[in-house]
Amino acid sequence: MTSTGYTPAAPDLRRRGIRLGDVLFRGVSLAAALAAAALLGLITWKVIDLAWPAMDAFGLSFVWTEAWDPVKDLYGGLAFIYGTVMTSLIALVLATPLSIAIALFLTEIAPRRLAAPIATMVELLAAIPSVVLGLWGILVFGPWVRDHLEPWLQGAFGFLPIFSGQPSQVGLLPAALVLTIMIIPITSAICRELFVRVPKDLVDGSMALGSTRWEAIRKVLLPYAAPGIAAAILLGLGRAFGEAIAVTQVIGNGNVIPSSWFEPADTLGSRIAAQYQGATSVLQAGSILYLAAILMVISLVTNVVAQLVVARFEKVRRAY
Amino acid sequence: MTTPEIDRTRLGALAEPASGDGRGDDVVFDVRDLSVSYSGNVALKDATLQVRENYVTAFIGPSGCGKSTFIRVFNRMNDLIDGARVEGTVLYHDRDLYGDGVDPVEVRRRIGMVFQKPNPFPKSIYDNIAFGPRVLGMKKGLDERVERALQSAALWDEVKDRLKENALGLSGGQQQRLCIARAIAVEPDVILMDEPASALDPISTSRIEDLIHDLKRSYTIVIVTHNMQQAARVADMTAFFSVEVRDDGGRHGVLVEYDRTTKIFTNPSDRRTEDYVTGRFG
Repeated sequence: MTSTGYTPAAPDLRRRGIRLGDVLFRGVSLAAALAAAALLGLITWKVIDLAWPAMDAFGLSFVWTEAWDPVKDLYGGLAFIYGTVMTSLIALVLATPLSIAIALFLTEIAPRRLAAPIATMVELLAAIPSVVLGLWGILVFGPWVRDHLEPWLQGAFGFLPIFSGQPSQVGLLPAALVLTIMIIPITSAICRELFVRVPKDLVDGSMALGSTRWEAIRKVLLPYAAPGIAAAILLGLGRAFGEAIAVTQVIGNGNVIPSSWFEPADTLGSRIAAQYQGATSVLQAGSILYLAAILMVISLVTNVVAQLVVARFEKVRRAY
Repeated sequence: MTTPEIDRTRLGALAEPASGDGRGDDVVFDVRDLSVSYSGNVALKDATLQVRENYVTAFIGPSGCGKSTFIRVFNRMNDLIDGARVEGTVLYHDRDLYGDGVDPVEVRRRIGMVFQKPNPFPKSIYDNIAFGPRVLGMKKGLDERVERALQSAALWDEVKDRLKENALGLSGGQQQRLCIARAIAVEPDVILMDEPASALDPISTSRIEDLIHDLKRSYTIVIVTHNMQQAARVADMTAFFSVEVRDDGGRHGVLVEYDRTTKIFTNPSDRRTEDYVTGRFG
């Protein structure tokens, strides 16, 4: 074909006008992200600002001082840090094996028809508002603990100081047990997710070598899921640390570190929820905010550790 | 191990072992009228064949022909699937594999399995091999046992200096040979291989095939493969499976032909086999 002298125009690749959708989307999402970060900063600043009278008056020694005396205006956080850590640890020690057992039952043992409704019901346990659970703790669970569980513990393990004294429907132990009930749905749901994701080939490989189902679970499935279980436990711990309402209803709001688990105690969250409205002095209000700051630090550390564990877990899983 | 009585008349053309080296004299698995279904859906129907001792028996056929379903009958892996149902007779050294009182765990201790995708445990190389012996309580001479298994799987020279390293650091081909070593560490009678080389490159595949040649001296091997050349290269006997469409529109696998590998590939009796091995299969 001979040239006709016609040359096609070079394609115009310039952008035609502003893409409004893109610009809006970028603006809105940037604003949302910044707002969340700013809110965290603002809340932290406000807590420290309001806690300042107490921080100024007691300094860091507030953390290891066991005192709560509005009459003398003398405050310290140790009893509440102890209560928080102790109730949460008891709850964790009880909830972890139970959660793993529930998750194993749902993923490995129960027939599918049974597993789905039970899993839903366990998860719905988390949907009970904590104030309702606390009410149940006051009216039903606490009296049961006082009349049956605590006398039994005393009979069996009465030589331990933690099980000494008068059984009571409010105290450290009932609070820890209510917390256990609250964190089981979270940890068991995460564990179930973990077990479902264990490659079927691994369990089959174990079974094909002549292991029993329990050996396959113990030697292959659980080690594979172990880092994830650790993260689940830490998330449960975060939940237990932060819970306030249900605990305040059953823990008895004691001001000192109890020697027995049957005695009243108090946690950081519970003390904040119970007393902020009734604070009678600037120093008391400041001390309550000081407790809040401590709680924030504990929660932050737990969350960071949980995320580090999860990150490690992801690395192992990608390697497979 | 007892030597089972063989009814030579039932063996027909297979009655004379032709390996010339004493392999294939005994029958390990005697399968009659085997059907397998999953939750009522038939996957394999009316299969009858015999697997002979120290032979490599290959199962070939198109997808959905039931060959993988079949191989999982031998070590009762189908028991692990909800709703799986096995009908017919499967005799293992004249013992009914699905009879009353047969413990699948005991079955799997004698019949090892290698899976399609290499599935080493996320543990050290040593712990992978030692897994089976430890589960079965063979704790004495564990080091020697691990070394022997790795040597049998032609992996020892490559890993002897890093037994404590994670097995997931090995290449795919090495991982699969590790899985073979793991299976033979418990000294099974039979090794089942479900498409053991389908996820591997050609060089790794050829090493696995060499290994199969070595292993058949000591073990009876059943291998599922969709690579016909592989079956032709490694197998003494070949079973060809195909898909049959029922009147109700459902599909299930059937055993079309079972014979010496050379016969299957050069002079098959069934038209469907011929179409498949010559590549005319639609």
